[in-house]
Amino acid sequence: MTTEPTRPPEPSDRPDPPAADPAALAALDGTPEFQRLRTAFRRFVLPATAAFLVWYLLYVVLSAYARGFMGAKVVGHVNVALVFGLLQFLSTFLIAWAYERYARRTLEPLAAAVGEETP
Amino acid sequence: MTEQRTISVVLFAVFVALTLFITVRASRQTRTAADFYAGGRSFSPLQNGLALGGDYMSAASFLGIAGMFALSGYDGFLYSIGFLVAWLVALLLVAEMLRNSGRFTMADVVAFRMRQRPVRAAAGISTIVVSIFYLLAQMVGAGALVSLLLGTSGEAAKIWTIVVVGALMIFYVTVGGMKGTTWVQIVKAVLLLIGAFVMTVWVLAKYGFDLSDLLGAAADRSGKGDAFLKPGLKYGATDAWSKLDLLSLGLALVLGTAGLPHILIRFYTVPNARAARASVNWAIGIIGVFYLMTLVIGFGAAALVGGKAIAAQDKGGNTAAPQLAEHLGGGAGSTGGAVFLAVIAAVAFATILAVVAGLTLASSSSFAHDLFANVLKRGKATERDEVRAARFSAIVIGAVAIVLSIFARGLNVAFLVALAFAVAASANLPTLLLSLFWRRFNTAGALAGIYGGLVAAVGLVLLSPICWGGASDTLPKGNADALFSADTVAPFPLQNPGLLSIPIGLLCAVAGTLLSKSRTDERFAELEVRALTGRGAH
Repeated sequence: MTTEPTRPPEPSDRPDPPAADPAALAALDGTPEFQRLRTAFRRFVLPATAAFLVWYLLYVVLSAYARGFMGAKVVGHVNVALVFGLLQFLSTFLIAWAYERYARRTLEPLAAAVGEETP
Repeated sequence: MTEQRTISVVLFAVFVALTLFITVRASRQTRTAADFYAGGRSFSPLQNGLALGGDYMSAASFLGIAGMFALSGYDGFLYSIGFLVAWLVALLLVAEMLRNSGRFTMADVVAFRMRQRPVRAAAGISTIVVSIFYLLAQMVGAGALVSLLLGTSGEAAKIWTIVVVGALMIFYVTVGGMKGTTWVQIVKAVLLLIGAFVMTVWVLAKYGFDLSDLLGAAADRSGKGDAFLKPGLKYGATDAWSKLDLLSLGLALVLGTAGLPHILIRFYTVPNARAARASVNWAIGIIGVFYLMTLVIGFGAAALVGGKAIAAQDKGGNTAAPQLAEHLGGGAGSTGGAVFLAVIAAVAFATILAVVAGLTLASSSSFAHDLFANVLKRGKATERDEVRAARFSAIVIGAVAIVLSIFARGLNVAFLVALAFAVAASANLPTLLLSLFWRRFNTAGALAGIYGGLVAAVGLVLLSPICWGGASDTLPKGNADALFSADTVAPFPLQNPGLLSIPIGLLCAVAGTLLSKSRTDERFAELEVRALTGRGAH
């Protein structure tokens, strides 16, 4: 197993913080606090990713294979394809907003609790 | 025309002077490697969000997508939506974890728990390949575009444009590093947003802010009626393959963005993961609004200028937005028309210049940090040597890009942008995600994934109708502009390789992993803690 080579100290007024002890970090992986963080992270991120990918691919597949449906008029010259496209924008904005909220309320406190006693 | 040309050149000169000034100022604050590669990690989320937008909203997405709306109607939307949705991959799966666990490049994360030299070499190579493809497309496009916008014809003008664009991008990167380049992106993004906003409001005002009216007018003027407003004029009108091509393109767009090196290195320019997340959110907002504006601009050009007049200037539609500006300003021959056209043309130059600078920075960072410092010098290079190597490689990569672009100036290289996304989606994203999420992943898997995805994406394009244009039963139209031959039938029928090359990249990574007994559980534990908590982050 190779580890990153140690780097010379930086001659900077804004140095990168000193390297953390790898073994101490790795040891945190098994703690219940970290397990909770990982579970909470995956519980949001994986379903959200699956959802937006399926929703986007549905849009692309309908654009390729269901052109009659996509061309149906909704109101005036606005058709299903345009509404569907605009909904993709809306869903993207909503997921980004929801994740920001979840990260601040749930993930950041959980991350702060990891390894509290052994920094 | 001459009046407009003068104004364009003056405005562009002002932009160049301003950005050169900013770059020289930034150079005084660029001392360490963290300054050069990551802008001192001191940008705010809004600044980095604008810079992400600046790096991403290329001339291809401004002029190209507006042109696609103007000539092919709805199909422009398929592009812009893919480009936008892709940012969710970056937000949810990449940005924060990369910021927490890496230092300067994508390879920092991919190689974290692997054997450094081979994996960094592979990640560095794919970074440079993606960046060079993208760079060539932008620079060749710049040559053609400037000729169109300034009304100069002839090869000398194209060559000069490529040389000037190349020289400026080398200057921004070598002198200003990430700090200078980021400020160039910010200035460009603000100019582009203002320009697009003015055009959008102006177009909407002409139709009483009724989108339906605008769409109706565009459909009428196009002569294609309602077909203009639904998908299919550009994609899938002719045969079954082109529908699969559309799926293949969509997949590469949505999965490629979070594997583009010049986007990834931006996540290191902010102080911490929270700021990285916030900057992606800004980028999503900025880019989303921008693509909504290109919809109005493109349909506005179709309705007000008309597809015929646009195609007469450029059959790819790249002049739709500038022609619309001329029309809005009062039409050809009027002072207002000349001024507004000149403004939009100058914004388009600024856009190209900023994007090529970002790409040059990404490839020279990876060259210096991955290939020079870690592969050649085995991690023993000093920071000063590393930064010197980065500056030197920016000059070399820039020079190579200039020469290649000059040779490629007569070719239709727009496909290189889609190919860059396909390589990023096939080689970079799978290995990046597997190294962050899969405990069992190892060196053999990373190497197989990167090289497999890279070879699959590039190889399939070499076998595609882009290179071999012969018509066949299933591809009745063929491709008269094919690079190698216009009558040999392409062995692989799709122009976009993603549908096949992304699964190949992923399968290679998984198979390579399982065929090797090597495990890196201890280092994975460390990586996971770093990535999710930010402990030990640079």
